[in-house]
Amino acid sequence: MAELLFWPALLAYGEAAVAYLGETRSPGLPGRLATWGVRIGWLLQTALLVLQATRANGFPWSSWAGSLNLFVWLVVSAYLIWGCRDRYRLLGLAVTPLAVALLAVARAGGGTEVGARSDYSTLFLVLHVGLVLAAFAGFTLAAGLAAVYLFQERRLKRHDAGIFRLPAPSLATLDRLAGRTIVISFPALTLGIAVGLVRLREKGGGVDVLMVVTLATWLAYGAYVALRVTRGWQGRRAAYFALASFLLVVIVRLALPATHFA
Amino acid sequence: MKLSLVGISHRHAPVKVRERVAFAPRDAAELARSLAEVGECVCLSTCNRTELYIVGDQGEVRALDALRSHGGDDVAALTYRLADHAATLHLFRVAAGLDSLVPGEGEILGQVRAAYESGAPGPLLSRLFHDALHAGKRARSQTTIGESPASVPSAGAALAQQIFGELEGRRVVVVGAGKVGEVAARNLAARGAEIAAVANRSAEHAEELAQKFGARAVSLESLADELGHADVVVACTSAPGFVVRPDDVRERKARPLFLIDLAVPRDLDPAINDLDDCYLYDIDDLEAVVAESLAGRRREAERAEAIVSEEAERFRAWQASLDVVPTIASLRARAEAIRAAELGKAAGRLTDEERQAVESITAQILNKLLHLPTVRMKEAAAAADGVLYADAVRHLFGLEDER
Repeated sequence: MAELLFWPALLAYGEAAVAYLGETRSPGLPGRLATWGVRIGWLLQTALLVLQATRANGFPWSSWAGSLNLFVWLVVSAYLIWGCRDRYRLLGLAVTPLAVALLAVARAGGGTEVGARSDYSTLFLVLHVGLVLAAFAGFTLAAGLAAVYLFQERRLKRHDAGIFRLPAPSLATLDRLAGRTIVISFPALTLGIAVGLVRLREKGGGVDVLMVVTLATWLAYGAYVALRVTRGWQGRRAAYFALASFLLVVIVRLALPATHFA
Repeated sequence: MKLSLVGISHRHAPVKVRERVAFAPRDAAELARSLAEVGECVCLSTCNRTELYIVGDQGEVRALDALRSHGGDDVAALTYRLADHAATLHLFRVAAGLDSLVPGEGEILGQVRAAYESGAPGPLLSRLFHDALHAGKRARSQTTIGESPASVPSAGAALAQQIFGELEGRRVVVVGAGKVGEVAARNLAARGAEIAAVANRSAEHAEELAQKFGARAVSLESLADELGHADVVVACTSAPGFVVRPDDVRERKARPLFLIDLAVPRDLDPAINDLDDCYLYDIDDLEAVVAESLAGRRREAERAEAIVSEEAERFRAWQASLDVVPTIASLRARAEAIRAAELGKAAGRLTDEERQAVESITAQILNKLLHLPTVRMKEAAAAADGVLYADAVRHLFGLEDER
């Protein structure tokens, strides 16, 4: 059953990624096909997660690959909130290929299978993994917005005559949304890390590299929020900062799984 | 009912001919009413076209006479005359902006609506114009034909929106008090921007333009101070050198500044574009944006043509179905008369309750029996076989006398 949900979901996200690419050449129908691809893929992945949740013994996404599966779903969910509007199709070009790649990696690691077992308490994992992943999903989306901002800003600076060929949100909107997404995601990361630290203190155990990089991520986004709120940071500088901070998220999600999930 | 169109437009007639038959809205309405005395008529008169849509006997001749009486014989020689489906398709293309100088321009849809509302439409023209407005809206909503800017001032305003989003509350400083700058400023003001100041060498001219926008007139010497608070700068003076240099643009603290230089020679030093958060577009940059937009509109026009054709075909099917309506009405009337007569014969033998039950049952039988022939006749009418079907039905049910 999981196979019947996974492959169509992957196919739908893949179709959306290709259609978003087509949208850059001929706006219109490809964009609408992409939107439906994302919606259908998200529904299928939601069904897969529900299936995993009902058949699991404990929290179903406690493995690295499982958490990646949940992470993809959270990123696409955040994108779906407003990303399916015409003007945000450029963002889809960043989100859907990422969703395809990460979902494929999640499957290769066994993260899309049913019947997962977990030795940790469900409440701890829901709070710790759920909150950290939700925050990371927000940061991913903010990075996508920042990338689109820099792309659009560059086109404006270079006087690209075809700037209106592919509709995109204004620079002000992209900047505001990226900032808000990070400001909203940051408390989730703070809470998720706090839950992890409380458990570490109660149960004992050493600090691993992943924890250190996660704390560095927290510091980076904390600095972003502080600079934005107190110094009014915005525009290109803020976009570069959001992208640089996102590199830490990539390291935490992809480069250091073994240290924490082993 | 034959639909005729007689018109003259920018495609075939120069302005010196068109202007003779360009009607003010009230005169266009008056003309439509006078031509509709024996039918229906709507007069669409804009700066690019004057078209008379008319239904009724000798409609084309009467419309042509009307145009000739206003514009003379050479107007008549430059008119186009279309009928039925060709006229329908033409109006739908006009409403979608496909027959406009700038493909997809938005003003024409409002002009078509105004002509319809002030004209003298009957059943056919009401449906025609209603469907034309629908086709025009569909073409715009399902393609991007009307989205990109089609003129230098609108390109400037659209680029400002690409940077700031909504322009409400954005402060604009106009440098120079000429006509070109005024048009660009007006475009920005129409989208909600606030024209804050007008700077010009001549204080008198600056004051004159500033008053039009409720702005302040300032001297060129105090321009640097104004730039500190500005979001958009529109420059178009006749100065021989640069009026604004990078040094005049102070620290922006990541607040974007959009500068539009419409002057030749240029007023704004191009080095300003190298400053962080400053976006400077000169006349060549803006014209390149417009050229690309127009090319994009022409590409989208192909998709809009398909939408318009589909809508025109739908109207044709509806119009064709009108041919069989009298036959359907006669058939139903004959069936109803037979039912009423038979019920009348049985009335004395039935109680009130039984009579109501029989009336209800026979009405249902009649409706179900006639439903399929009615649908089939309308379908056949749309496929151009309607007259054959209608004749067959008239013959089979003996309706010839009711024609």
